[in-house]
Amino acid sequence: MRGFGGLTIRRKLTSISMLSSMTALVSASIVFLAYDARTFRERMAARLATEAEIISFNSVTPLLFHDGEAATKTLGGLQAETAVRAAAIFPPGGDEPLATYTRDPAAGAALAAPRGTPRSAALFEADRLTVLQPVQFEGRSIGTVVITADLRELRARQRRYGGIVLVVLAASFLLAMGLSRTVERTISGPLLELAVVANRVSMGKDYSVRASGEGKDEMGVLVTTFNQMLDQIQKQTLELEQARSELERRVDARTRELATANKELEAFSYSVSHDLRAPLRAIDGFSKVLLVNYGAALDDRGRHFLDRVRAATRRMSELIDDLLGLARVGRKDLVRREVDVSALAGRVAAELARRDAHRAVRVEITDGLCAHADPQLLTIVLENLMGNAWKFTGKVPAACIEVSQDRNGARGAFYVRDNGAGFDMAYADKLFGAFQRLHLDSDFEGTGIGLVTVQRIVTRHGGQVWAEGAVGKGATFYFTLEPKA
Amino acid sequence: MNERPILLVEDNADDLELTTLALAEANITNPVVVATNGVEALDYLLGTGAHAGRDAAEQPVVVLLDIKLPLLSGIDVLRRMREDERTRRTPVVMLTSSKEQVDIAATYDLGANSYVQKPVDFENFVVAARQLGLYWTVLNQPAEGVPPRTGSPR
Repeated sequence: MRGFGGLTIRRKLTSISMLSSMTALVSASIVFLAYDARTFRERMAARLATEAEIISFNSVTPLLFHDGEAATKTLGGLQAETAVRAAAIFPPGGDEPLATYTRDPAAGAALAAPRGTPRSAALFEADRLTVLQPVQFEGRSIGTVVITADLRELRARQRRYGGIVLVVLAASFLLAMGLSRTVERTISGPLLELAVVANRVSMGKDYSVRASGEGKDEMGVLVTTFNQMLDQIQKQTLELEQARSELERRVDARTRELATANKELEAFSYSVSHDLRAPLRAIDGFSKVLLVNYGAALDDRGRHFLDRVRAATRRMSELIDDLLGLARVGRKDLVRREVDVSALAGRVAAELARRDAHRAVRVEITDGLCAHADPQLLTIVLENLMGNAWKFTGKVPAACIEVSQDRNGARGAFYVRDNGAGFDMAYADKLFGAFQRLHLDSDFEGTGIGLVTVQRIVTRHGGQVWAEGAVGKGATFYFTLEPKA
Repeated sequence: MNERPILLVEDNADDLELTTLALAEANITNPVVVATNGVEALDYLLGTGAHAGRDAAEQPVVVLLDIKLPLLSGIDVLRRMREDERTRRTPVVMLTSSKEQVDIAATYDLGANSYVQKPVDFENFVVAARQLGLYWTVLNQPAEGVPPRTGSPR
């Protein structure tokens, strides 16, 4: 069963007003009925007492003379009082009445002689009222008048009044019901509408609806505040929407710009890749032909210049290759997976040793190095760093390259360490600039693009690359492949 | 030794001379037929246009095909060759400046037999030319004849 709390607000309001009005009405009726019954009984008792007094006054002579006939005649005066059922006059201490009166013969037997000292009294019983009145003569009691009346009149009156009360209650119930329904609407109506509007807002995400309802009471304030709230939400939603579409528009524009730039870059490197090399090939090729077929016509200086021409073309070719590599590294999609760094470093070391078989370099690679990275790009990183280490240990007697991971240090950075030429830490910031070199070409060959490529790859992985070193004491290149935790 | 010609498709005069020189240095004796653009190459191969009347059944021992060419690119020439039954089995070596992955992938997809980047260093170029010449003129066994084609003179 649902409690009061489960009722709708309309029913709650109706119930409250009905309950209070009916409680007031019912208690008023009860009090009225009780007061009326009491007044009626008091009045009846007083009337009968007066009758009894009159009879007792008229009964003095018959009692003194034991004149039953006169006494009966006196009692006959009660004929006018319809409520009186029976009456009797008793001599003092006697059980037999001097005279009796009965409206209804069956009621006479009920009259009993009074006990004890005679005194005036009114005794109410369930359905009757008995009045006793002593008969006085010269200060002494010479008998008692007893009158019995039934209370049928009171009961009838109570029934009548009860009926009226019920009718009044029923009528006022209906009236109050009608009234409270009307009044209740002024409160529940706006509330229900508010609920409907709130539901539409919540379900349909329609912030343009508004609740109607005016007034200066709390309902009015609620409706006004609710509408203001909707105003704000609608405004904010609109602003958010605008901001979002503006952002989308900007992202779209940027994406298009980027795509265009990428395409141009791609076309550029494609063209470079094809067209920039052909003239070099011609320079180198014809110099070589000149050197071989017409070398006899040249002196040593002439041949030396031709050698310089050819060396320059080779270097230009390397530059082009490295620049194309750098461009490719920036374009390639980053595909991360688990990479066995130790195995990768092993392969790079083997390739270095194969290309430069006459050198004896000790390469120490820690086992079990793993990274979550793009394998192709990581290979390029290791080729560059280990290739550098290989190159810059070219002039030390016991060259040593170490590939490992600094597990205790900054974010488990991998590192490639060598005991080669090293560098001056004062120029550490120039290491990763394009075409920046810290060594002479005549000491160590290079294009200055390798470390830029490394940095590009590491940055694309979200990592960092840095170096430590000292002139003549080797260098250590650290790199991470994950963004900062 | 197979004395059928080598078709060299090359638009750059320098490269043309160098390649011819390199082939000569490498002692390749096959005659070298030169086409300087894609259309000319296809005309020679199919016996049309300037080469109308040439028997298309006589295919070169190998086609050395550059990629960046006027009119029709090397990739387009390769595509047309593989579409035509007379040239479908003719060995094609892409001989070009770049090693762009897109080019390598596209040409292999179209059925190129080999992809060689022209070395800048002339000595390496001669080495490459020698190896190419030996391989395609001596070692390689070409397909016998040409698949029959209705309406085409044999």
